[in-house]
Order: sequence, then C-alpha cells, then structure tokens
Amino acid sequence: MAGTDIKPIKEVIKPPATSVGALGWMRANLFNNWFNSVLTLFTLYTLSKIVPAFIRWAFIDSQWLSTGEACKGADGACWSIIPANIRFIIFGFFPYESQWRPLVAMVLLIGLLFYSRNRDHWKKSLTYAWGAGLIIMGLLMKGGILGLAAVESTQWGGLPLTLLLSVFGLAAAYPLGVVLALGRASRMKAIKVLCIVYIEMIRGVPLITLLFMSSIVFPLFLPEGVTVNVILRAQVAIIMFTAAYIAEVVRGGLQGMAKGQYEAAESLGLNYYQTMRLVILPQALRIVIPPTVSQLISALKDTSLVVIIALYDLLKTTQSVLSNPTWMAFSSEAYIFVALIYFGCCYFMSSYSRRLEKELDRGF
Amino acid sequence: MKNLRFFVVLSLVCFVCFMACGDSGKVSEMEKKAADAESKVSELEKKVAELEKAAAPIGKTLENVLAKGYIQAGVNGDLFGFGKPDEKGVWQGLDVDTARAIAAAVFGDAEKVKYTPLTAKTRFTALQSGEIDVLTRNCTVTLSRDTDLGLDFAQVNYYDGQGFLVPKKLGLKSAKELDGASVCVLPGTTTELNLADYFRANGMKMNPVVIENTAELAKTFFAGRCDCLTSDASQLAGTRAVAPNPQDYIILPEIISKEPLAPAVRHGDNQWKDIVNWSVLAMIEAEELGITSENVDDMLKSEDPKIMRFLGVTEGNGKALGLDEKWAYNIVKQVGNYGEVFERNVGVNTPLGIERGLNALWTKGGLMYSPDFK
Repeated sequence: MAGTDIKPIKEVIKPPATSVGALGWMRANLFNNWFNSVLTLFTLYTLSKIVPAFIRWAFIDSQWLSTGEACKGADGACWSIIPANIRFIIFGFFPYESQWRPLVAMVLLIGLLFYSRNRDHWKKSLTYAWGAGLIIMGLLMKGGILGLAAVESTQWGGLPLTLLLSVFGLAAAYPLGVVLALGRASRMKAIKVLCIVYIEMIRGVPLITLLFMSSIVFPLFLPEGVTVNVILRAQVAIIMFTAAYIAEVVRGGLQGMAKGQYEAAESLGLNYYQTMRLVILPQALRIVIPPTVSQLISALKDTSLVVIIALYDLLKTTQSVLSNPTWMAFSSEAYIFVALIYFGCCYFMSSYSRRLEKELDRGF
Repeated sequence: MKNLRFFVVLSLVCFVCFMACGDSGKVSEMEKKAADAESKVSELEKKVAELEKAAAPIGKTLENVLAKGYIQAGVNGDLFGFGKPDEKGVWQGLDVDTARAIAAAVFGDAEKVKYTPLTAKTRFTALQSGEIDVLTRNCTVTLSRDTDLGLDFAQVNYYDGQGFLVPKKLGLKSAKELDGASVCVLPGTTTELNLADYFRANGMKMNPVVIENTAELAKTFFAGRCDCLTSDASQLAGTRAVAPNPQDYIILPEIISKEPLAPAVRHGDNQWKDIVNWSVLAMIEAEELGITSENVDDMLKSEDPKIMRFLGVTEGNGKALGLDEKWAYNIVKQVGNYGEVFERNVGVNTPLGIERGLNALWTKGGLMYSPDFK
C-alpha cells in the first residue's frame, strides 16, 4: 500500500506562449520563414512611413470648411473644396433652387435598388413599384407639369447623370447581351452571322470611338436642325458597347452547358424558347455571374468617358471645379471624394453578386 | 531540282507578260468607263448642290433663333474667366458674356441663351451640324478654320498669345535661354504645335512633358517635373496664382504665338454673322464712348450724335441689322461694355489677374478698335 494519495494533477500545462494567441498567430503567419519575416518587416516599415503621414495630411492638418484662400497656407488636405462645391459636383447644371428634385430621384432609385437586392421581394408588386418609381424619377428630372419647372436634359449632370447612364445602360445592355449570345449560338445562319458581325465590330473598337461617332459623325448625317439628345446618344453607345461584351460572357456560359441538358429538354418536348428559359439560361447565367458582374462594374466606370463628348458626369463636374484657380491646387482631395462615390457604387454591385452566387449555389 | 526552279521562274515570267498584255488591251475600254463614271459623279454632285440649296437653312439662323426663343451657344465649360459654370451652375466668363450680348441684341434679354459645353474636338462639328447657333469658345482664328471648316469668324473678343512660366530660381530672362528645357504642355492643341515651331525656329532642343489636364499640368510643374510651363498667356497668371509660393515664379516676356479668339458662325449666313460681329463691336464701341451699364440710362439724354446713333435714340442701326433699335442699349445695359466685361471675368481683381495689354482700346495702346456705328 502506497499510502500516499495521488493528487490529481489539477493544473493543465499550457502550451508555450509562443504558439498560441497573438504571438502564435504572428509566428505562424508572419514570421514562419526568413522570406516571410523579411516581407513582414518591409511591409511594416512602409506602412509606418505612409499611414501616419496620410492620417496627418487627411485628418489632423486638414481644413474642412474654410475658404480656398485659407487652404493655401495649410499643410494638410483641403477638404473644403467638397462642401464649397458639393452642389455643383453632385448636381451639375440643374437649376439651383430645384436641386432637391434630382436628390429625391436619386434617393428613390437607390432605395429601389436596395429593396430589390432581396430576392424575396421579387414579386409582381416590385415591378409596379419600379414602374411607378421610374415615372416619378422621370417627372422629377424633367418637370414641366404639376408646378415643377421644366428642366432640359442638357442641364442634367453630376451624379444623377452618372447613375442614369450606368443603371439604365446596364439594365438595357444585359438583356440585349443575352439575346446576342443566343443569336450567336443559334442554328440559323443569318442570325448567327449578324450577331457575330455586331459583336466583333463593337468589340473591335474602343468605347471612346463609339462615343465620338455618336457625338461627332452621327449629327452630320442628320438633316440640319434635327438633333438627337446628346445624353440619349451616349446612352445608346454605352448600351451597344456593354451588350457586346456581355454577349461574349454569356456565350461562355452557354458553351459550358453539357449537351445532355439540351437533349433532356428536347426529349421532354420543350420548344426552343422553353428550353432556353427553363433549362439552359438559368444554369448558364448562374455560372457566369462573376465575369458578368466584373463586366458591369467596368461598364459603370466607363461611363466617365462621356467627358470627351462634354457631358458633365460626376467626374467632369469635379474637373470643372478644379479649373477654377481658387481650387486648382486641391485635385487630390476632389478625386479622393469622387473615388469614394465610385467605390460605393462598385462595391454595391460586387457584394450583391457574391450574395446572389451564394443564394443560387446548388452545390454542383 | 534546278530544272524545276527554272521552270517555275519561266512560267511566272510568262504569266506576268500575259497579264500585262491582257491589261493593255483593256485600258482604253477602262478609260472610257472611268470618264463615264466621272461625268455621272459630277452630275450627281450638281444635283446634291441643288438639293442642298433648296433645303438651305443657311441665312436662316436668325429666323430659327427667333422662332425657338433662345440662342444656343457653344462654350468651353472648363476655362475659368472665359466659359465655366460657377458653384451654383451659373455660366460665367468673357465668352459667356459675349453670347449674352448677342441674346440681348436679338431678344432684348441677355438671359435667353442656352449653353452647350464643347471640347476642343466637338466644337466645330457642333456648329456645322446646327446643334449650336454661335460658337463662343476661346477659338483661335486661323485661315484653314475660316475656309476648310466652313466657319466665319466675327470680331475678335480677346487677343491671346502663348507664353512661358518659369521658376525664378532658374534665373532666366528670356525664352531664348530655354535650350534643352523640359516643358510642361497640354496635348492636342495649337499650344503644342506653337511650342515645337518656336524651338525649331530658334534652333533649340526641348523635352515636352505632356499632361492631359490643366490642374494636373500645374501640379506637375510646381512639383518640379519640368523646367517651364507653356500655355496661353491668359492662363499663365491664373496658373501662377495656384502655386504654393506664387512669387517664386515669373512669366517670361516672350509671347510666341498670335491667338486672336473670336466667336464663330456657320459660313454663308451673312445677316447672322453681322449680328454677332456688331454685338461684339458694340461692347467695344460703348467703352470707347464711355457708356457703361450704370450710366447708360443717363446717356440716352446725351446730345452727342455718335451716342444717339449708338443707343438707338437716332434710329437706323437696328433696322439695318434686322433688330430692335434698342439692341446696343440692351447689350450695354444688361451685359456691360467691353471694359466692364473684361474686368469682371479676367481682369486684375479676378484670380486670373490679367492686365488689359493687347485687349485695351486702341486709344490706350491696345487692339480693340471698332468702326463707327452709322
């Protein structure tokens, strides 16, 4: 008999401090070999040089609500350029007193977009909501009745114009692109050739060329005195351009479909229209969500090219403010502001696409 | 092998000879056809010209403008002091005021103008296609624009020229000392061409640093990327004012190009051109006669026959132009005389801070000179 009580070991031996917690994580991820250690140190050094200086410039030494003259003496950023010119940057030439109208229209549009994000809301009522919303937005922008002063489309500018060009450009380009892709995959020769010619022609030229064609060459063909709204011309050019690219993306999805899918649909007695709508497109379009969205995002950013035909979109109104000698020196601040707006729009799209992918994921 | 090669060459030679012979036989026939085609083309051209005449909107700008109730003016949009919206989106500038003067002459209301901002590339098409009625967009008068492009230029409303801005520390006194300099310049305008011409003419070398955007151009220059910056003299003072330390920079005395900026209209519409022309001249004449927007009402009582004719107290000028007799009065009352317009938009008290210089009246050593209003 040992007579001695074996005391249970109560204390649990902890792993060494260097392999758990923050230290452990750093060791495993940042300093796990000499190359990564060097990279980590180098990155830290670079950040330590850049970040404090940026924070000092952007937040500590910066001016927020001063005049342009006061900014000249300051070391930091001159954010004052934004509040001083915000209404022109956002609304362009829209009459000063009526600028609440594009504001309401934009809020309505963004609200509808956010509401439509949730697929549970996709009912018939949403279609009506969009219909009503679009009519109200049109009325707000155009005016002319109900006591609203008429505003010509030449006076539209800034963010409403950017949103108009991109939202309607993308909304129209997507279905057109799908139709073109189906046309290109069609068994009917004439349609196939037409679609190929269209897609290759449009893809063969840069968007700038199309915009120039629409604003410089096109008017020369019209009889004198007849002019087509310049925004409409740019909008059509953007739609035509984006559709060609979307078509190729969608075609990739169509080619990714197994032949068995077509055959199965046929053996069920579905006609072409039913096959496409019920079997092929739902699968094909789901596969190509990521490239489609990146195409749409780049199309959104491409709308800023309309500056070359003197449309005052968001970027152009900003540049116009910068041509004033009072503010000319503060282009970085203005461009950062515009970049944030563009980032917001693009992030909205990419986060939505990720969500859509997850919702539609069938696990195969 | 050798035989084969020889055979191939021989057959090629034969083939070429054969082709040539065949062709020579057809030449006369082809010529006939070509002549036929040419005559047809010239016939068609004649027909097109006739049709164009029949549908001619030429000579009808005034009618169109009166019918629609406003003037559509093409302006710059980005050029401070000449054509640019302010922070409320209201158009301001010397060129904008020129368009307003035309509206005051035609309608008696300077606000009946709609503005189309145009880029350097879209401006002429917009005029040719009838999208705008008059182009007041700091547009340099040149021979080819006047002829080839089918434009007509009215009275010059600003005499500009190209100059250089340099840092004081370089100790330069003249543009002739710029040999080997790197020069910041905007692309695609006459500025770039003038620069190359000037350096070649003086046997100097340069290294252009081309930047697309005015604000970025200035930033690059002040950051020291290039030794000098060149642009229209009207812009140099404004650019200098943007510098972190404006007193560290000087504008060199040389002006290396002539840039008379004038409103343009479509070629062939003489009445409309007269109206545009005399609207600009009216602002100049008003300054010479000492009529301002403030004293113009008092001046109506003046006994000076020149002033009486000018303001329409003695009738005749308005009828001759097809306008209201008060047209010049309206311009001065609503827009001002040339001196007022200049000082308001680009003068020494604006951020551009431009002296009158060439744009002073001829009586004060400048080039602004108006024929008599009679």
